[in-house]
Amino acid sequence: MLTAEEIREIEGEAVHYPRRDAVSIDALKIVQRHRGWVSDESLRDIAGHLGMSPAELDGIATFYNLIYRKPVGRHVITVCDSVSCWIMGSERVQQHLEERLGIRPGETTRDNRYTLLPTVCLGCCDRAPAMMVDSDLHTNLAPENIDRDLENYK
Amino acid sequence: MIRQIEKPLTGSMPADGSWLDLPAYEKVGGYQAIRKALNGGMTPKAVVAEVKNADLRGRGGAGFPTGLKWSFVPVGKDAPNPTYLCVNADEMEPGTFKDRFLMERNPHQLIEGAILAGFAIEADVAYIFLRGEYTLAAERLTRAIAEAYQRGYLGKNLLGSGYSLELYLHLSAGRYICGDETGLLNALEGKRANPRAKPPFPVLVGLFGKPTVVNNVETISCVPHIINNGAAWFQGLSRTRDAGTKLYGVSGKVKRPGLWELPMGTSIREIVFEHAGGMRDGLRFRGLLPGGSSTPFVVEDHLDTPMDFTEMPKVGSRLGTGTMIVLDDRTCPVGMAWNMTRFFARESCGFCTPCWSGLGWAERILRSLEDGHGKPGDLEKLSFQSKMWSPGNTFCALAPGAADPLQSAMKYFGPDFERHIGEHRCPWR
Repeated sequence: MLTAEEIREIEGEAVHYPRRDAVSIDALKIVQRHRGWVSDESLRDIAGHLGMSPAELDGIATFYNLIYRKPVGRHVITVCDSVSCWIMGSERVQQHLEERLGIRPGETTRDNRYTLLPTVCLGCCDRAPAMMVDSDLHTNLAPENIDRDLENYK
Repeated sequence: MIRQIEKPLTGSMPADGSWLDLPAYEKVGGYQAIRKALNGGMTPKAVVAEVKNADLRGRGGAGFPTGLKWSFVPVGKDAPNPTYLCVNADEMEPGTFKDRFLMERNPHQLIEGAILAGFAIEADVAYIFLRGEYTLAAERLTRAIAEAYQRGYLGKNLLGSGYSLELYLHLSAGRYICGDETGLLNALEGKRANPRAKPPFPVLVGLFGKPTVVNNVETISCVPHIINNGAAWFQGLSRTRDAGTKLYGVSGKVKRPGLWELPMGTSIREIVFEHAGGMRDGLRFRGLLPGGSSTPFVVEDHLDTPMDFTEMPKVGSRLGTGTMIVLDDRTCPVGMAWNMTRFFARESCGFCTPCWSGLGWAERILRSLEDGHGKPGDLEKLSFQSKMWSPGNTFCALAPGAADPLQSAMKYFGPDFERHIGEHRCPWR
């Protein structure tokens, strides 16, 4: 069941489009913001609310990398591995995070605190290497400042 | 004042790194252009003509003449209704970081440009299609749009002119292919972002099947200045026949990576060796991708080429987004080609075979070269594969964009590729 708040937010976006199903991606993002990820049950509820088939909506949900169809930790770390960051040492950043957190990309720490994912160019190539933690951008990364930055996400 | 004339897009941004909110934007002359157009008796056709005469070309990378694109939109009483404007703010081309800067620091400039573009094509609704990761830009654009509505610059009957425009911010959910014009339209319709067949072109059959113009953030940001100062002024900003200023950027191992608004046609050498300060101490310049990951490499011989739409093709490359990625002699060119091919392979929408199959194949070959498992014949396979990604063989520009950096890397750094096979290792690791 979608909550009243989720429905209110979805309807608030739906008025921006002439067709009801056009709000599908916004709806997935809204529900994910409230629940952390999009479960099969959430997906069926959204599809039902928009008058779409769950299969059609899942085709959309699985296309977009910012929609999580598996549970994630309390904080999602996305490390840029595109070319400018690669030149500036993103592989070392990635390796440091994997060692420190004890997880590989796509995995979540046992305490459910962090999920590690790769991402494409974050558009701050003059401050490479870069990553995002949740909605915050972190740039000019080095092992020392990565450790410090991560402490702020409990 | 002189500074503002030379750098219309960025000159008025506060030096302390903050952004121009509505009062600040109005203080530097903001929203005068819509007054000139909407209250000053300019017709939509006159706005189109001014932008056409200014020779504004698309800053998203393709360089299509903006005024010409606008002129294809059917207008008048019998035109299909509604008409849409989409601002492509899905900046995701690796190495590109210019639109983020424009939106974070001067969101009203983009909004004013969108109102003018909307007026020119008689649009009813405009969307800013923003990539989901640009959270600061989203925050500031949201505030700026609310400010503009409050002041009567958006909504019904703008400034009493009779023209109405609704502007919505759409936050995307990822994937590079959304930056493709028609992929963007499908994403905005709530579908998978597979590009569409063209024709029909979006100017006739676009968003929800209606006439739609898709323009890049930097392109739209130029429009208020063209309307304020005129086409001749805009042409005079440039050093070459392509008009205006351009946001040029440099990333990689240079002394001062960054972004600068400079006259269109500034040479590669000036941008890399003056503005970016040249290579870091102890490193040698080997080449660069001039405008993001889907533009072909240029090398030392090409450094004096003006960075514009006309001159870059003469040295086998393109202006692209104007944000360069520099390759130094301690970075492996094969590794760099592998990194970019992996990007394109991952971001393929999966629709057509040369792309979903060929890119993955090439990525595996390049990775094996890097891992020391390269075999004789691998380079021929890479050449063959990348030829299959040329325009006409694929549905959109993603795979052709993947071919350009790979083929040019093999052309300029061929011996480095061969060394990987001959020595059974990456000499840089």
